[in-house]
Parts: sequence; structure tokens; C-alpha cells
Amino acid sequence: MKKYIAFFRLRFSMGLQYRAAALAGMATQFFWGTMEILMFRAFYRTDPASFPMTLQATCAYVWLQQAFLALFMAWLMDHDILDSIVVGNIAYELCRPINIYNMWFSRNLANRFSRAVLRCMPILILAVLLPAPWGLMLPASPLALVLFTLTMLLGVGVTVAFCMLIYMLSFFTISPTGLCTLAVSTVEFFSGAIIPLPFLPDGIREIFELLPFASMQNVPLRIYSGDLAGSAMYRAIVLQIFWLLLLIAMGKALDALAMKKITVQGG
Amino acid sequence: MITLENVCKTYKVSRRDAGFSSAFKALLHRRCELIHALDNVSFTIADGEMVGYIGPNGAGKSSTIKILSGILTPEEGTCQINGLTPWKNRIEHVKNIGVVFGQRTQLWWDVPVMDSFELLKEIYRIDPAVYRRNLEELTDMLSLGELLRTPTRQLSLGQRMRCEIAASLLHDPKILFLDEPTIGLDAVSKLAVRDFILKLNAEKKTTVILTTHDMQDIEALTSRIILIGKGKILLDGVIDDIREGFESTEEGLASFYRSHDI
Repeated sequence: MKKYIAFFRLRFSMGLQYRAAALAGMATQFFWGTMEILMFRAFYRTDPASFPMTLQATCAYVWLQQAFLALFMAWLMDHDILDSIVVGNIAYELCRPINIYNMWFSRNLANRFSRAVLRCMPILILAVLLPAPWGLMLPASPLALVLFTLTMLLGVGVTVAFCMLIYMLSFFTISPTGLCTLAVSTVEFFSGAIIPLPFLPDGIREIFELLPFASMQNVPLRIYSGDLAGSAMYRAIVLQIFWLLLLIAMGKALDALAMKKITVQGG
Repeated sequence: MITLENVCKTYKVSRRDAGFSSAFKALLHRRCELIHALDNVSFTIADGEMVGYIGPNGAGKSSTIKILSGILTPEEGTCQINGLTPWKNRIEHVKNIGVVFGQRTQLWWDVPVMDSFELLKEIYRIDPAVYRRNLEELTDMLSLGELLRTPTRQLSLGQRMRCEIAASLLHDPKILFLDEPTIGLDAVSKLAVRDFILKLNAEKKTTVILTTHDMQDIEALTSRIILIGKGKILLDGVIDDIREGFESTEEGLASFYRSHDI
């Protein structure tokens, strides 16, 4: 376990040194959040009754999403890993007394957390200072805050476990670009990164909510504002745990298969 | 003790002629050829031995190193290294080996070299006292000093190579595989690395297997050479077997390659 923590630490401290990227990221995310809220405002003005979430809950959703963007966005893949597979530096990683899957999992977690830590605070503070209903409201209840934290961790786990599938699959292809593009757009749409899932039409929404993508950002961001509560919330948490375990199991199986078939080419 | 018996490894290589029309043809019909990278390779290396593993480009040197270090699984044959089969007991096996691939890097690109070392310390669970001692020794002998505090990306090739070698030795491996370790080194660094390897072998009885195209490396370091060509072992002997009758080892080797058509 200690060695995986060491990986986490190194990747984390490495992430902290990209200051310009953090500043640019913060500016982009604040701007993006504002634009998104303006868009929702337009819809809300047209017909507040057919709005599936309260405007305040929607705003909280958007701000938390922007603040913790690095935790959930599928496009935030660790390119060092993909490069090491394409170029063959993976040879070295295979010479270590360490399990590749676990190592990369901890590296990815660290990558995401280090980015999020650098960026979340200024956005959260600014969003809290905005007047209601445009800003970030306080959590619906203390319990909501606890469950928000818990499901956020589960959600990051599911996101990373899903990305691990991409890394593992890129052992079997010459270039991982196509796979990444496909996976990223799928996750964006199905996870509620573009539009929160409650905005989708009934019939489709129920199916989407069962998919692993709904177990990423959808759950914590809606628990915070109380939009997701009661038995539906507990069902969503159980589903998160289920997907986390299943995705990890799938990733480990692919890992075992890749280790058997792997060929590091060239000198 | 390393024993390799009748190891075979084939690669599937897709080949086509250059040009648009053949690219189009390959789209419909892909031609693959099987290349026998290793063809019944067998040898034994005793503990504490220093062996030069040489051969022309594409002879199968790196493939052998990869099999020995557990990265590659051969189709046939057996390999026992201190009682373990590398590709079956990968994690157990790699604890006892150090590898330097001259063409690749194991150091983290954007952080100081020292951070990579600290990580290796955790990965191999190196005892803190042993780690400190090894680090001091390596820093001294490979004159790392300030390099340790520099991010890897800002090191020159030779500086990086010295750090790579140090990184592979922090955990006191019993066996060291060096795949072209002196590539890109200046004269001083080259001599330093050679001295270092000699001393390592003499003091710690580390088994060293070295692949290189630099015959001076071989002359300076090893008494025994294994020569491989087209996947077959052609010679398992001493450097004099090749040098005899020629002005330099290089010429002897070239003539050997030519006479064997490899």
C-alpha cells in the first residue's frame, strides 16, 4: 500500500507545479460556469414549471461541477501513461515489483486531486459570494454535505476506473487516440457533464441513470443541493459502489490479459 | 544463476512497399511476415559473472534482455533466474534485478531526479539505511551531485544516463541488465560508468549482462561474450576469439558478421 501512496504523493506534487495551467483553468471554468448559468436562466424564464431542478440547485450543480472539474472530466487522461504505452517506456514500469493496474489507478487519482485542489477554492469562494439564486448555495443539510463528500470520492473512483479501461485497451491498439475520443464524448454526454441528467426526457433518463456514467458526477452534484435525496439517493449510492467494483474487476481482467500478450517493440 | 534453454520468440511484422498504391492494397489485404527474433537460444550465466551480449542490429539482443527481465513471454523454451521464471513470477523476479534501457527513461520527466529516486525507494521497499548508503555511493561514483536536484527534462543525455544507472541500482539488485548503457556518453562519463560497473561487479558480486555496439565497453568490462545473429547464438566464448588475427576487435567483429552473413 505504501508504494501506491508514494506514487500518489509524487504525482500529486508534480501536479502542483503547473501554476499557469491552474490559473488558466480557473479563469476558463469561472467563465464557462457563468455562460452555462446564463443559458439555464433563459430556459427558466421561459417556463419555470417545466424546469426539472430548482434554479438554485442547477446553479449549485454548475458551480460544483466547474470547481471540481478535474475530478470528473474523462478527457483528463494521464498522457504520460498513454505515451508510455505508445513509445514503450512501459518497459521500465514492467520491471518494477508492482502491479500496473494499481499503480496507474493511484497515479490517476493523484493527478485529478492535485488539479482539483489547485483550482477548486477560488471558484468555490467566488461562487458562494454571488447573490442567490445565481451563486453556490450552502448544502441542503449537514448530512447532504457528508454524503456529497462520500459520493464524490466514489464518483472519482468510478471515473478513474473507467479511464483505466481505456489505458488497458490501448495495449491492444497502435494508437489510443480513437479510443479516447470515443470514450470522452460518451462520458461527457451520459454523465451529465453537458446537461444535468434530470433535464433529459423521461424514458431515456431512467435508463441513463442506471449506466456507469451516471455514477460519476451526477450523484454528488445533485446530493449537495438536495435534488437527489431519500430512497433515490441511496439507490444511486449502491449503484455507484456496484459500478466501481465492476469496472475495477473488468480493468483487472484486461490488465491480466495485456500482461500476457504485451510486446515492447524496438531497441 | 541464469539458465536459458531453447527459447524461441517470433514477431509478426506487417510489411508493405512504400507508396500510395501499396498502402491502398494493404488496406484490403494485409501481409504479415513472421520474424524469428530468437531461435533456440540457450545459455547459462553464473552468479557474479560479467557477460557481453553482442550482435548486429536486429539480432535479438533486446528481445533476450526483455525476456530475462520478465517483460516478454517467449513462445517456447524455459528460463530460470535464481529459481524463478521471469514472465511467470514477474513481480517476485524483478525485485532482484536492475535494468537500464539506454533508449528509454525511467525518471519522471518534470520533477527533480531525487523525487524519482524517492519513489523507487518506496516501490522496492528499500531499507532507509541501505538507501542512504547506496545513494551516497552512487552520487559519489557517478558524480551526480547537483543533478539530483534538477528536473529530468533539463538534463543532457549523458547526465540522464548516469542518473538512470543510479536509479537501477538503488535496491542492490543481484543481476543488472544494461541495454546500451554508454549510448551518448562523453569520454569522461563513459570511463566513469565503466569503472563503476567494474567496481560494482568486484565488490557486490553483481551479475552484469551488457549489450552494446561499443567494442571498447566490451573490452574494458567483460571476459566472456555471447554473440547472437539472426536469433541464433553463434559464439559463446572470449573476446580474443574474435580479435585474433585482426587489428581491432571492431574489424574482427565486422568480418565475423560478414562471414556468417548476419
